[in-house]
Amino acid sequence: MDAMITSIAPPPPNPSSLRCEKLVVRFGNSPPTIDHIDCEFEAAKITALVGPSGCGKTTLLRALAGLQTATEGRIEIDPPAVPQRGEVAFVFQQPTLLPWRTAIDNVRLPLQLGASPHDPDADSRAHDELRAMDLDRDAMLRYPRQLSGGMRMRVSLARALVTRPSVLLLDEPFAALDDMLRVKLGELLLARWARTKFTMVLVTHNIGEAAMLSHRVVVMRRGKLIASINNDLPWPRDENVRTSAEFGAFYRRVSRVIHEDRSA
Amino acid sequence: MKLSAIASIIPVVLFTLAAIAVWHLVVIWFQLPPILLPSPAEVFRAAIAERSELARGAWVTGTAAVFGFVASVILGTLVAAVMSQSRLLRLALYPYVILLQTVPIVAIAPLLVIWSGYEYRTVVLVTLIISLFPIINSVTEGLMAIPQDRIDLFKLYGASRLQTLWRLRIPTAIRYLMLGCKTSCGLAVIGAIVAEFFVGNGGANYAGLGTLMTGWQTLGRTAPLIAALFASTMLGIMMFAAVQFISNTVLSRWMNHD
Repeated sequence: MDAMITSIAPPPPNPSSLRCEKLVVRFGNSPPTIDHIDCEFEAAKITALVGPSGCGKTTLLRALAGLQTATEGRIEIDPPAVPQRGEVAFVFQQPTLLPWRTAIDNVRLPLQLGASPHDPDADSRAHDELRAMDLDRDAMLRYPRQLSGGMRMRVSLARALVTRPSVLLLDEPFAALDDMLRVKLGELLLARWARTKFTMVLVTHNIGEAAMLSHRVVVMRRGKLIASINNDLPWPRDENVRTSAEFGAFYRRVSRVIHEDRSA
Repeated sequence: MKLSAIASIIPVVLFTLAAIAVWHLVVIWFQLPPILLPSPAEVFRAAIAERSELARGAWVTGTAAVFGFVASVILGTLVAAVMSQSRLLRLALYPYVILLQTVPIVAIAPLLVIWSGYEYRTVVLVTLIISLFPIINSVTEGLMAIPQDRIDLFKLYGASRLQTLWRLRIPTAIRYLMLGCKTSCGLAVIGAIVAEFFVGNGGANYAGLGTLMTGWQTLGRTAPLIAALFASTMLGIMMFAAVQFISNTVLSRWMNHD
């Protein structure tokens, strides 16, 4: 894997931390979807955001990306990262690829948007990110309809990473994939994170995925953060960790918090 | 040609042969006079006899239809691009777009002849007007029918309005444009022929299929009139086939979204 991604540019010097202060997001006159949240997502760490459907995970993530305007409160990114320059990247639940562009053209897209000057290295950067996602040259030249669901999601991840973001936000990126693909893509994502150590916030329904991929698991309920659990499982997160007693204990701990929460 | 392609045209060929046979039998059984309904053989003979007139007419009508159709694609796309940029513009312009569809072309054609003369350009103008509505309607719909996550993606990367139009909205709208084109290309031929009914009356040297049809109808020559009708139908089919061909080749990457 290392040999494949050696040409990727060096990491951003300062991965940003994200801080929400008394954040409120409300749609119309309904109760707030995000209800006075105070939290910090540490720089160069991976935070998994879990909770039942409709608890506000995606809304919080969209607010962090600047795709959703906060009704009250503020979001601070330190040092500042500008989404419009690709410094904050977002991976949607669906791959969101443009069907008339090949895989590599889709990855190149963020480098062609905004006011950023033309990047002469756009091709090689797109190529390198796709290689880091374990896609071969043949797949790079295919259109999305010619790729499997897993390959499309790899392209989507590569597109998010091609701008060398200091913050990566992921909204249940593996939800539509089977378990084996989930594990594989999780490993690829971790390998890529290990190279450049960007700040990552991952929304997921899957406790096992949260346990394997994060430094910290944050549990949400009805627009509020109700628990923040440090994940001390050892690195690297490989099959040994997945089958260990510690993994089982951590899984049960998070599950209990969510379960208690649901019964509350 | 592949066997499957040949097999796919067999039903239409058989149906056409059956229709010609029924037509022939109806003429014989009811002893219809040729001025009312000539037999297929008489129409065929008239088509051979008037082949140079028909070919010239088809060329004149066909080019007018193509020019008017292409102009409607260009103008319709531009109008749709403008309308897609603001709700206010859509509210202001859309009633006039609907007007294009609702005002009968036979009512506008004489007016256009007064303004533009008994000229080829008048035929092109009528063709343009009749073909315009489906293009504007389809392209506007295409430019507006962008999935929210793609809009978010472009917003996230700070895409300008122009970048969003060029790299997202227009590629999405191409599929819709081609749907509009399939409707418009048939209308273009109809528009050209209707316009020629009026333009041909000016006594100029205009010799489109519509003019020929008017002349033959006046002389009671039903056989060449029907031959001209077939020629105009062929023009419509050829334009449709051309649009389909362009969809399947040059524009195929924008057509297959699934």
